[in-house]
Amino acid sequence: MFAKSLRSFHLSRKLYTRHYCLAAQEPSFNRIETQYVNNLKIVEGTEQIPIYRLLDVDGELLNASEFPSIDKNLVQRFYKYMRTLKEVDKILYECQRQGRISFYMTGYGEEGVQIGSAAGLNDDDLVFPQYRETGVLLWRGFTIDQCIDQCFGNKKDAGKGKQMPIHYGSKDHHYVTVSSPLGTQLPQAVGAAYSYKMMKNKKCTIVYFGEGAASEGDAHAAFNFAATLQCPIIFFCRNNGYAISTPATEQYRGDGIAGRGSAYGIAALKVDGNDVLGVYKATRIARNYAVENNSPIIVEAMTYRRGHHSTSDDSTAYRRQEEIDQWKKLDPIVRLQNFMEKYGMWDNELQSKWVESIRKQILNSVVQSEKVKKPKWQEMFSDVYHDLPPHLQEQQQYMENHVKKYKQYYPLNDFEQS
Amino acid sequence: MLKRAVKLLRTNISNNGGRSSSSFTYFAEKTPENRGPTEKLNMFQAINNALDLVLRTDPSSVIFGEDVGFGGVFRCSLDLQKKYGKERVFNTPLCEQGIVGFGIGLAVTGTTAIAEIQFADYMFPAFDQIVNEAAKYRYRSGNLFNCGKLTIRTPSSAIGHGGLYHSQSPESYYTHTPGLKIVIPRGALKAKGLLLACIRDEDPCIFFEPKSLYRAATDEVPVGDYECELGKADILRTGTDVTLIGWGPQVHVLLEVADLAKEKLKVNCEVIDLVSLLPWDKQTVINSIKKTGKVLIAHEAPKTSGFGGEIASTIQEECFLHLEAPVSRVTGFDTPFPHVFEPFYLPNKWRCFEAVQNLVCF
Ligand SMILES: Cc1ncc(C[n+]2csc(CCOP(=O)(O)OP(=O)(O)O)c2C)c(N)n1
Repeated sequence: MFAKSLRSFHLSRKLYTRHYCLAAQEPSFNRIETQYVNNLKIVEGTEQIPIYRLLDVDGELLNASEFPSIDKNLVQRFYKYMRTLKEVDKILYECQRQGRISFYMTGYGEEGVQIGSAAGLNDDDLVFPQYRETGVLLWRGFTIDQCIDQCFGNKKDAGKGKQMPIHYGSKDHHYVTVSSPLGTQLPQAVGAAYSYKMMKNKKCTIVYFGEGAASEGDAHAAFNFAATLQCPIIFFCRNNGYAISTPATEQYRGDGIAGRGSAYGIAALKVDGNDVLGVYKATRIARNYAVENNSPIIVEAMTYRRGHHSTSDDSTAYRRQEEIDQWKKLDPIVRLQNFMEKYGMWDNELQSKWVESIRKQILNSVVQSEKVKKPKWQEMFSDVYHDLPPHLQEQQQYMENHVKKYKQYYPLNDFEQS
Repeated sequence: MLKRAVKLLRTNISNNGGRSSSSFTYFAEKTPENRGPTEKLNMFQAINNALDLVLRTDPSSVIFGEDVGFGGVFRCSLDLQKKYGKERVFNTPLCEQGIVGFGIGLAVTGTTAIAEIQFADYMFPAFDQIVNEAAKYRYRSGNLFNCGKLTIRTPSSAIGHGGLYHSQSPESYYTHTPGLKIVIPRGALKAKGLLLACIRDEDPCIFFEPKSLYRAATDEVPVGDYECELGKADILRTGTDVTLIGWGPQVHVLLEVADLAKEKLKVNCEVIDLVSLLPWDKQTVINSIKKTGKVLIAHEAPKTSGFGGEIASTIQEECFLHLEAPVSRVTGFDTPFPHVFEPFYLPNKWRCFEAVQNLVCF
């Protein structure tokens, strides 16, 4: 069959063009409607997926019919949470600079992505975060105190001081604990979505990742598993232009991460990440799509990482200030404020007094959290396994004896005493 | 304004929640006498210097990995892209299995491939490429093909605040793999010579760079080209009573322990830096223990299946009748590497000193 089509390709190029429609005689490839042609064409590039936005750069509503009943309260909540996230970031960033906490990562410029997507989900859809998604947790009610306790690794930290700052997790908020190795959370989120499908609980999972992490082998595995096993999952890519110093232009070619969707057989969309209303709407639609069809969907939010990658990074070593400034004009918080002002939703209270009270609350939380001791050091041995196995009991006992003898050399005062 | 507000909080704090200070004191190398002019370099500068030398003298060499273009997150490839161009010093997509697989391909076709994995903790996605591919290329092809021109550099080990995934010392996963060479420098001078040796070695090498040494380890480093022999341990201090064995920053902990033992216990320790874990210098270790009869092995990695176990069993096989006390190991615990508990996790000088005391009193 194939030989025949090749032969006709060679012999009859000029004479006639013939489409081989296989429906009747030829087997199909993986059930995809196949077309044969005898004029060879290299396919280069595909159509670009356009970027959806509801608010333009000045905060003008672009499609009033898309958003018939804009809920003022909801919009005000968007603003408050975005702003809170930014204030938390500013203060904890400073705390790191002063050596109070060991590490921090800000979400500057990505507040709209985090809050908009969180609002588009149901609060019990399971989140598999990367790390720059603190806003999602805040939106779900994780408190500022909880964030700060984690960053200090004190005994109130649910993670028991075991991980670096910003590695939040909360069962109550359906937010799986952050893990530093990139990409690992993607196939896990697919497995969790499959679980949900079997449970028929009408929930989905959402996995957040950067366009950098999308290069990991795990990302490929996740896309392919989700497509073939039909899992209700949102692949939420925060495309913020950089993976540490590596610009997106050196990370991938083609139409971004959403552009991969069609190759995997996954639905996809792109949204302006600096438009919180757009992100909200897109995520809501994606969520319903995933749950109703038991199908994966890729949401690629186009944004820009305005801060350094982390407190270990100085981004002026690889990008120009003008570039950052250019994006400052697209700030999602300012854009929402402009919208609110134009449409009579702005409340001057939101500006000075409220921001001041949030700052006070955060600073106060820092003061309190800093005073709380770290967990007792023996916690080091807990949670390696469900039960403490004999070899770890032995190691703990050895360390107890050692510390008793050499106590002046250990920072025992910083830790809860057992 | 916020800065000030946060600063004002300082008056209220008693303890320090931030970075802990370095867990060792660096013992600088003696300035070598027969290797020409030297310059004062820390370890990341010495590595940069070695890479520069390779790019300059070996036109087929390339350096690649995540963020190496702008100098790498630990600055080891600083300015090399500017000097040698994007074709030879370049960023890759964020994919460790890709980096190593790509590196093997380069090496198989005769290119000197120097891959950087940003953290040793993040090398595991490349485990298959390393263990099943790089390590076995020569063997499985009857020596028709090999990837000896591949060197993988990667920052490893504790840094004071790295938590689970920026602190691990995963060397023994790789020492369990025939076909690889595993090397860990203790400072700047050794780093340059060992890295040059790894890059030119006929077999694939993994070069672990203890990240606490990047800035803390400053030596007078020869400006010119030199290599330190792979598979060769260094005796850093000779002694007659107890042998102390380590590698990387742990060597400096042990040097301090040797001083302490001398001062407090009047005990003379022999300190050995193993330098190369695969292959490792059995003979130097055996000779030492035949002399001292007592040995402490210390490493940051967890105890179970740590490389100390390998050394201990070899000592038991080769020096049984010379041993005057059981072989002692002081290591990280069999837990993941914890963030705030790091001061309790590390095999610090007090834990090592106590072990020496126990050996002496055995
Ligand atoms: C497997 C793995 N490799 C490397 C790293 C080091 N690393 C941490 S964040 C990062 C960049 C991630 O970029 P991206 O996914 O785009 O997310 P962004 O930081 O831009 O939000 C890298 C390389 C890691 N954490 N895990």
